[in-house]
Amino acid sequence: MKLDDQKQTPLPCESCPVHHAGNLMKLGVDMTDWDFVVALAGNPNTGKSTVFNALTGLRQHTGNWPGKTVGRAEGGFDYDAHRYKIVDLPGTYSLLSTSYDEEIARDFILFGQPDVTVIVVDATRLERNLNLVLQVLQITDRAVVALNLMDEARRHHLEVDDHRLARDLGVPVVPMAARHGEGIDLLLKAISDVANGRTVCRPRRIQIESPAVQQAVTQLEAELHDRFPNLPNSRWVALRLLDGDVQIAEAIRSGELGNLNRAETVSQAAEVAQS
Amino acid sequence: MINNDKHADLLQTAKQLRWQAGQNFHDQLMEDIYAEAARLADRSVTRPDEKPRFDLDRTIDQIVTHPRWGFLLMILLFTLVFWITISGANVPSGWLATLFLDMGHPWLKEMSALIGLPWWLDGVLIDGMYLATAWVISVMLPPMAIFFPLFTLLEDFGYLPRVAFNLDNIFKKSGAHGKQALSMMMGFGCNAAGVIATRIIDSPRERLIAIITNNFALCNGRWPTQILVASLFLGTLVPAYLAGFASAMAVVGVALLGVFLTFAISWGLSRTMLQGEVSTFSLELPPYRPPRVWQTIYTSLIDRTIFVLWRAIVFALPAGAVIWLAANGTIGGISIAEHMIAFLDPIGWFLGLNGIILVAYIVAIPANEIVIPTILMLIVLSTSMGDAGAGTGVMFELESGAETLSLLQNGGWTTLTAINLMIFSLIHNPCSTTIYTIYKETGSKKWTLVASLLPLALGFVVTFFVAQIWYLFAG
Repeated sequence: MKLDDQKQTPLPCESCPVHHAGNLMKLGVDMTDWDFVVALAGNPNTGKSTVFNALTGLRQHTGNWPGKTVGRAEGGFDYDAHRYKIVDLPGTYSLLSTSYDEEIARDFILFGQPDVTVIVVDATRLERNLNLVLQVLQITDRAVVALNLMDEARRHHLEVDDHRLARDLGVPVVPMAARHGEGIDLLLKAISDVANGRTVCRPRRIQIESPAVQQAVTQLEAELHDRFPNLPNSRWVALRLLDGDVQIAEAIRSGELGNLNRAETVSQAAEVAQS
Repeated sequence: MINNDKHADLLQTAKQLRWQAGQNFHDQLMEDIYAEAARLADRSVTRPDEKPRFDLDRTIDQIVTHPRWGFLLMILLFTLVFWITISGANVPSGWLATLFLDMGHPWLKEMSALIGLPWWLDGVLIDGMYLATAWVISVMLPPMAIFFPLFTLLEDFGYLPRVAFNLDNIFKKSGAHGKQALSMMMGFGCNAAGVIATRIIDSPRERLIAIITNNFALCNGRWPTQILVASLFLGTLVPAYLAGFASAMAVVGVALLGVFLTFAISWGLSRTMLQGEVSTFSLELPPYRPPRVWQTIYTSLIDRTIFVLWRAIVFALPAGAVIWLAANGTIGGISIAEHMIAFLDPIGWFLGLNGIILVAYIVAIPANEIVIPTILMLIVLSTSMGDAGAGTGVMFELESGAETLSLLQNGGWTTLTAINLMIFSLIHNPCSTTIYTIYKETGSKKWTLVASLLPLALGFVVTFFVAQIWYLFAG
């Protein structure tokens, strides 16, 4: 019996002091006075909405088909004396091309500057899901990977080494089975650690093979860094410019990217003022 | 601004560097990302050493997406769902009718007599609003409480993307987007939701096609009408043991007609008002997941059944009052409702319908759910079968399907009326909520008008031809 199996081998985490999902307070649509913004990204059909519902207590309908979440849903939760606003982004396979869904997701991660971006990943289809993870990690360095559908992976006899993955990606990786509420507590802990700066991420950057491209990227990145010293993702911006991304070029021209720095420094100032 | 100039030269540098980076920079970058992802995944995933075992998901997919059997299975599966719904809903519907109509209504009448309510207030409240609502609940609740959980189970299991996969090719041939299959699926629940779901289609042209044709996906406000009329009229045409199956087939037939119309109208639109290229997309077939039965039943009851029922009740309350007032307010000695029915009757005859049905569809513009209750109320009124002491416009209290049937037959209903009502219920203007949603989504009065009037006109044409052919052959 599956259930008995689970009972016989309790998760090691259940005896650990970290395990206190009791500190979670689901706030539903109440998003007032939030301290941190959490973005929820991921491929379609990986269980983003399930994670969203587990954290907010909302009942955003989840369905087993890609594209279920259209636009973005927002909710709130309270954990460990901090209030979080969480935004469920539409599921996308990449952030490079220009479909409407990808634009919403990318713009929010880039311009919305979430304090933590949670990337929900299907453990049974890790390779394809990592494409998106790597792309998100080019944009932000405050991310947590939720390695979801571990129950499915077990059913298919796949073993996924989450520690190894965390080391390789340079961000926390939390194995989960959100449908059964498994791993929610660890995810909360990881989110709060990244949000409060207790965990510092060193996200993996994409290795570029061609020397010519490498040189171009380096040069452009240096120029961007001179101009916008606070920009956390100058390398990614450089890559987008080289790819001829009209939107990013427009954001530079209009100074929107420049404003990102200011917003960053303002929020840093606010943090200083708070503490 | 100086600042702007600085940025302009930055963009200039970027432009120059793009030449250096080479033309296939984008593809190269993608390749690098894919290679990296593959390397990382390979390092942390250990696959079972044994040879690839029998893969259940793949085997199921080979069957359900089979070019021929896939379609057959799809039709069989939906027929099964309707058959379970139709044969399961009768008994609880009877219970609810007994509770609300046979027991609740006389009790309320006694109470109002006891506290001496004026006859008109008693009429509006109890014979109008209460009865309309009670009817909506007893007619709609049982089929919805069975249908929605079944549909949601199919959805959770992962079957819907396979349906989309099967239908993709036909959509493409109709000049529409393959993802329209998904918004159509949503439309089977609620057209307003289906219209919102078309946001997954990027091209505005294909999105408009999906919005305009979404109405041909039979929504849950119309399922009860279909199921009730099919089981009353068409189920009785065959031996009793086949009745449930025959009615289910009739409902599936109407739903399939809707799917056919979706293709046909998409085809027509993409060759006339909305010409253009078909865009390609990739659709992932998600893994099958064992649905969590109890949770699914719970959420589909709360999210869909109660939600839809509540909406129906909210519209049934005022509609009940309006119907009662129309039945009891008189002009020249004849009630307003009778005037309207008499006026629309000749038009109804041409369409194989009747004045009562047309009046009901005008009353039911806010919500298709109240069509059947309104029809029943109007029949009781126009055939003067109402309880004399209770004022006209009281809905007859029906204990069984047979009584409803005899009531409808006394109202002059034939098999043609039933067939054309089912057709008209499929092909007419969307409800006001959907129309409003279309306006919000398209932001265009013109397309909202097209989406509202095109189906209505089509409904008139189709029912007209069916009726004329029927009159020709059946007299």
